[in-house]
Amino acid sequence: MHKPLLAFNENGIYCEVANVYLDPWKPVDFAIISHGHADHSRYGHKKYITHHTNVPIIKHRLGDINVSGRNYNETFTINNVKFSLHPAGHIIGSSQIRVEHRGEVWVFSGDYKLEDDGVAVPFEAVKCHSFITECTFGLPAFKWTPQKEVFSDINNWWETNREAKQTSVLFGYSLGKAQRLLKYLDTDIGKIYTHGAIENMTEVIRPMIDFPETTRITRETTKQELLGNIVLAPPSAHGSTWIRKMVPYVTASASGWMAFRGARRRRAVDRGFVLSDHCDWQELLTAVEATGAEKVICTHGYTEIFSKYLRTLGLDARTENTQYEGELNESDTKKESESVA
Amino acid sequence: MKNFAELIRTLDSTTKTTLKVNALSEYFKEASDEDRVWTIAILSHRRPPRPVNTTLLRIWASELANIPLWLFEESYHIVGDLAETIALVVPTSNENSEKSLTQFLREMLALKKETDEFKKEYVTHNWRKLNYYERFVFTKLITGGFRIGVSQKLMTRALSKATDIDEDILAYKLMGKWDPNTISFEDLVLKESASDFLSKPYPFYLAYGIEGAVSDLGNVNDWSFEHKWDGIRSQVIIREDELFVWSRGEELVTDKYPEFHSFTAVIPNGTVLDGEILPFPDNEIGTFQDLQTRIGRKTISKALLAKTPVILKAYDILEWEGKDLRQQPFIKRRAILESLMKRLSGTELPIYLSETVSCDSWDEVASERDRAREMRSEGLMIKRKDSTYQVGRKKGDWWKWKTDPLTIDAVLTYAMRGHGRRSNLFTDYTFALWDDEEKLVTFAKAYSGLTDSEFKKVDSWIKRNTLERFGPVRSVTPELVFEIAFEGITESKRHKSGYATRFPRILRWRKDKKIAEANKLEDLKALMLT
Ligand SMILES: [Zn+2]
Ligand SMILES: [Zn+2]
Repeated sequence: MHKPLLAFNENGIYCEVANVYLDPWKPVDFAIISHGHADHSRYGHKKYITHHTNVPIIKHRLGDINVSGRNYNETFTINNVKFSLHPAGHIIGSSQIRVEHRGEVWVFSGDYKLEDDGVAVPFEAVKCHSFITECTFGLPAFKWTPQKEVFSDINNWWETNREAKQTSVLFGYSLGKAQRLLKYLDTDIGKIYTHGAIENMTEVIRPMIDFPETTRITRETTKQELLGNIVLAPPSAHGSTWIRKMVPYVTASASGWMAFRGARRRRAVDRGFVLSDHCDWQELLTAVEATGAEKVICTHGYTEIFSKYLRTLGLDARTENTQYEGELNESDTKKESESVA
Repeated sequence: MKNFAELIRTLDSTTKTTLKVNALSEYFKEASDEDRVWTIAILSHRRPPRPVNTTLLRIWASELANIPLWLFEESYHIVGDLAETIALVVPTSNENSEKSLTQFLREMLALKKETDEFKKEYVTHNWRKLNYYERFVFTKLITGGFRIGVSQKLMTRALSKATDIDEDILAYKLMGKWDPNTISFEDLVLKESASDFLSKPYPFYLAYGIEGAVSDLGNVNDWSFEHKWDGIRSQVIIREDELFVWSRGEELVTDKYPEFHSFTAVIPNGTVLDGEILPFPDNEIGTFQDLQTRIGRKTISKALLAKTPVILKAYDILEWEGKDLRQQPFIKRRAILESLMKRLSGTELPIYLSETVSCDSWDEVASERDRAREMRSEGLMIKRKDSTYQVGRKKGDWWKWKTDPLTIDAVLTYAMRGHGRRSNLFTDYTFALWDDEEKLVTFAKAYSGLTDSEFKKVDSWIKRNTLERFGPVRSVTPELVFEIAFEGITESKRHKSGYATRFPRILRWRKDKKIAEANKLEDLKALMLT
């Protein structure tokens, strides 16, 4: 038996032939990065390759790193191993990473979803022999509704709050979720205010995507001007003194975990909108099938359950431990810059 | 059903009491009389008998969702609520149902007698037709147990707001036995009639735990002290030669305690006693485990009666000669109770007075509390001498001062995912102690006591230190030590150690301790003897 093309070691997903890591969690010499969330793109590698739209994003997060950008479907060769990035539809600049050597093809999904959210380039299935997939929401209990319906709920909620003379505070991670929300908020209802972390990140992305106008909340922002408008804030702002200034306000959270009543209560938000940048159960199955892979390796999420189910479908599926975190259902992430969606 | 589902959604999505009360009282104002009665019944745990067993529900749901049963079960384990799991996994619809809550409940009542095939057709038809939240509520009505943070008290407050009837009067009216299928809103809530009150208990007055120093209660002479008994809080009613025994869950349990049937012959009509049902094997107070052999049984055999007889430890009298005494000061009620008990001495009725203990200083109170284990009590009850008998849990006049829990340092050996709000974290833990052969043997399971952020840390540690997986359970590297608190120890085959603890919970994470410093099984045995 020959060595697998990609292996999991203590640093990350390793391609020995090319001497390259995919989304490593420990500092390495050479890393190919799927997307800008903190658990996938960490500080301290000597050299980074990622999609070119992700370059400004990880530079914003990690500072002046040695990174070069690639286009989707552009092949680059390292030690005779062919690499290419393919749209993952997760957040802007997110990629699946295809790895080919001597006719053997592996694809690492990074994080992904199938629905076209109008911000990220939509997911494209890539044929492969072995597919490394996340399965954050790999349970049949997760079933997303089309985002159009969710956004109409969100805008209705905002409008109702405005009529009740309350400020709407909507929580979403500062990279990805916040911009997706921003894109579809109805500015006929009112103005959109942003927490600094979200405004900073959005400034980085604005040159690439068309977004409605936003106003950064500063010390000078008054309660009165916020009233009836909407505030986009990272989950870590929940319960902080920053938010208490906005009384009277109503809170909501937009996350896949909001599908569970328990998670809604745990977050203690007034309203939960089920909106995720990851696949639901059916999307995962559809994606796995579309790759045509015989071998499937499940990483973060309900890995054991999802891989067991894949085995009942006749696939060679197993789990691997990684240090990716999936969509956190916690509000108490230490620093917003470290949180993922 | 649409309005009721919307109500449940609102109650479900807020933690603010005022918002809950408002939503509920708005609903009460607008709902039909029948729907009001059913809503009161559901929120006071008077749901109709379960028409379909849950095993069938799981099978049908997994069929409809087109997933294997094991996958349904895994999902259920993570979601933590059967109705919610079903509502999530079956294919969804966007329709609202035109049927009222009452119609659905009537159908469910009739369903009980039908064949399984008919039941399946009825249930799966509704699952297919209802939208997500209605499907959840519909299934919840079948499985029972709406836990949405609405206490009976909160519901009563909302009803009071909607009807302008005093809250305490409503609480009284809603107690006891009534059938939502036959009673009208008029009869249940609006009208007052004497015969309804024959079996009715008074709402229990509940004490809060002492929070600060006991001496903060002020002058020791203002207070009355007695031991806090570890049994079933009950009211015993004797009216018109009939006996009614109510437990605190507001269940009529008269039939479970035939020992008390002789009361009617001796205790005069128009008497209501408040007290604790305690096990009394060998003429002394037994353990809660003894009592548990009685609680679960529907029919009480002669052998069981002989092995574990019960007594009533009476501590208050709420009605005497047909008059409501609740507005009288506690010491006056006690005087009446004590003179009644004196009259009963020599009758050999299984009723005892919960003696008050006189204390002249808070130090004496503290040393009385230290006698709890010897007295087979859980600590002390501290009641203001001039307190009236209030409704529900109120601060100020009645306090419980429990003994400090027993504690032991134990090693985390197994972990399981939590339920509901903690479904994504490993929060259910099994703990072990060292045995004579220096092996770790399990003795307790606990899933509360850490902060959310501690749970998160332990969860991520567990994921990195898993040794083996047994279905949902993981064994972990013995490394973390926790201080476990509990109320009592009994021998038990449930755990490897041969011992089980009562109310185990995590007191703190002992990051300062290595596993070699955890306690031994011997230490646990020694605690049992204290
Ligand atoms: Zn991500
Ligand atoms: Zn991820």
